[in-house]
Amino acid sequence: MKEIRIHGRGGQGSVVTAELLAIAAFKDGKYSQAFPYLGGGGERRGAPVQAFCRIDEKPILLKCQVTEPNYLIVQDPGLIGLVDIFKGLKPNSLVLINSKESPESIGLTQTSFQIYSFPATSIALQVFNKPLMNTAMIGAFAVLCGDLNIEALKKAIEQKFPGETGIKNIEAMEKAVNMAYDQFGVIPK
Amino acid sequence: MSVNQGSIKCREIMQGSIAVAETVGALEPGVIGVYPITPQTHIVEHLARLVANGNINSKYINADSEFSAASILYGASAAGVRSYSASSSQGLLLMTEVIFNMAGTRLPAVFSAVNRSLSPPINIQVDHQDTMTLRDSGLIQLYVENIQEAVDTHIQIFRIAEDLDVLLPAMVCMDGWIISHAYEPVTLWQEEAIRDFTGVFFPPYEVNPQKPLTYGALTDDDKITEFKYMVDAALGRAEEKIIQVAGDFKKAFGSYHGDVVETYYTEGAETIILAMGSIAGTIKVAIDQLRAENKKVGLLKIRSFRPFPASRIREVLSGAKTAVVIDRSFSASSGGILGSEVKAALYQQNGPFIINYIAGIGGRELYPHNIKEIITESEKLSAAGTVPDKALFYNLNSALI
Repeated sequence: MKEIRIHGRGGQGSVVTAELLAIAAFKDGKYSQAFPYLGGGGERRGAPVQAFCRIDEKPILLKCQVTEPNYLIVQDPGLIGLVDIFKGLKPNSLVLINSKESPESIGLTQTSFQIYSFPATSIALQVFNKPLMNTAMIGAFAVLCGDLNIEALKKAIEQKFPGETGIKNIEAMEKAVNMAYDQFGVIPK
Repeated sequence: MSVNQGSIKCREIMQGSIAVAETVGALEPGVIGVYPITPQTHIVEHLARLVANGNINSKYINADSEFSAASILYGASAAGVRSYSASSSQGLLLMTEVIFNMAGTRLPAVFSAVNRSLSPPINIQVDHQDTMTLRDSGLIQLYVENIQEAVDTHIQIFRIAEDLDVLLPAMVCMDGWIISHAYEPVTLWQEEAIRDFTGVFFPPYEVNPQKPLTYGALTDDDKITEFKYMVDAALGRAEEKIIQVAGDFKKAFGSYHGDVVETYYTEGAETIILAMGSIAGTIKVAIDQLRAENKKVGLLKIRSFRPFPASRIREVLSGAKTAVVIDRSFSASSGGILGSEVKAALYQQNGPFIINYIAGIGGRELYPHNIKEIITESEKLSAAGTVPDKALFYNLNSALI
């Protein structure tokens, strides 16, 4: 089972990221679940939030938060140090940080995880002229995971954001996918 | 179980609140009276969208408080109209006065309760204190584990509440966030199949200027016990209806989540956990892990808290050594509410030791390892014969007290 935890701030689309990953997995024939943690005043814009997504081949009965993820997405590098983002993270897990800087230069020198950084906000600024970076993060995450269906992700974005918003978000995701293939040296399937 | 393909509208992944609102919308309540409160808001927002877009023909009334929203339902229901609302937490408390009135006046309005902790301290996360506090009103209460069960139970509950042998207000209790805001795969049913199943509400009496009747008249000591007795008896009759409707639903739609209870590996189990709502899913995972180690444990999920299925609980627990009741609410100084009622149901029965834990308050999470710890601790207490009379608060942080 993939257990994904997403860290961000209220308004950065962390909850939507979890939902899009779950919708895409469902469209790809899998079972999935997504939900937010809004304790600690997480309904407010700017407050630290967490969202969770589980993806499995069989129905998911668990109804508790993801405390021992094997995938981590950090939408806001400013949370590093404020929130224990690595808490419970399983060894060798994949970590994706939204940052122009390398993981080492922002102080993430842990060798027990596979840590990658990706400039999702830069892509969002190009596409939207606003820092709406969550769909760019999803694109990079899909490339790193290797087994997320990118066509299903596009369908999920179309469903969640019909019309122009969806088209723009798909553009952001595709830009991110192409850039991530280059940056991470992954060979497209 | 094979789902009846002919009744499927769609198989989709969607948010629990939207799935519930789509289902309630298919039943087109004549009146929807609302006042928003977190985490129930997405349900009434989506119903507002359905009404505004002309998808359904309901009269949608924004009230100035939950008390008014419930009062609007009271009036509509008294006029013979199918009526619906949703609320959470303090909002449900503000509806309480009206809900007692509805039960006493035998008005079958239907509510979705999206469970949330009560203030203070303010907290928007899930426990069951809000709905459990309504337990003495005469209200039917069914608790659900996941989005599919929430959808199916909403269809069932209209038919149960509006049954002429019952005629009581009714509430589907669904955990905040983990059901209301979660995305899960769910089957939505065709509108026509839903309407065929629930039928049309024909009240035996209705407020009608052509045929004046008195509602809510003063009743003195010569008759009031009998009125109260009739509420009690009607709620008792609802138990049989819940069983019957769950069976009919299974035949019509091919979907089943238990009737008044759901049992999970209780046959021959030495230890049985009792719980309500979404944690039943997490408990099932813990039980699967323990069963793989040949531990004889099972789950008795209580779907119907009101009516309270005492005889079914006695029956299921009769062979067990240890019963562990997990409560997400409590009656101050008395213990867990479900725990106290399970103890009462088993009084003088020579049944299992009963250990009552108060856990999962205000969103404090319970993971499979917590469930296993609770089971291990309970089995120890039971084997030593040192079961405490009082409920135990699980994982209290004594440094904060």
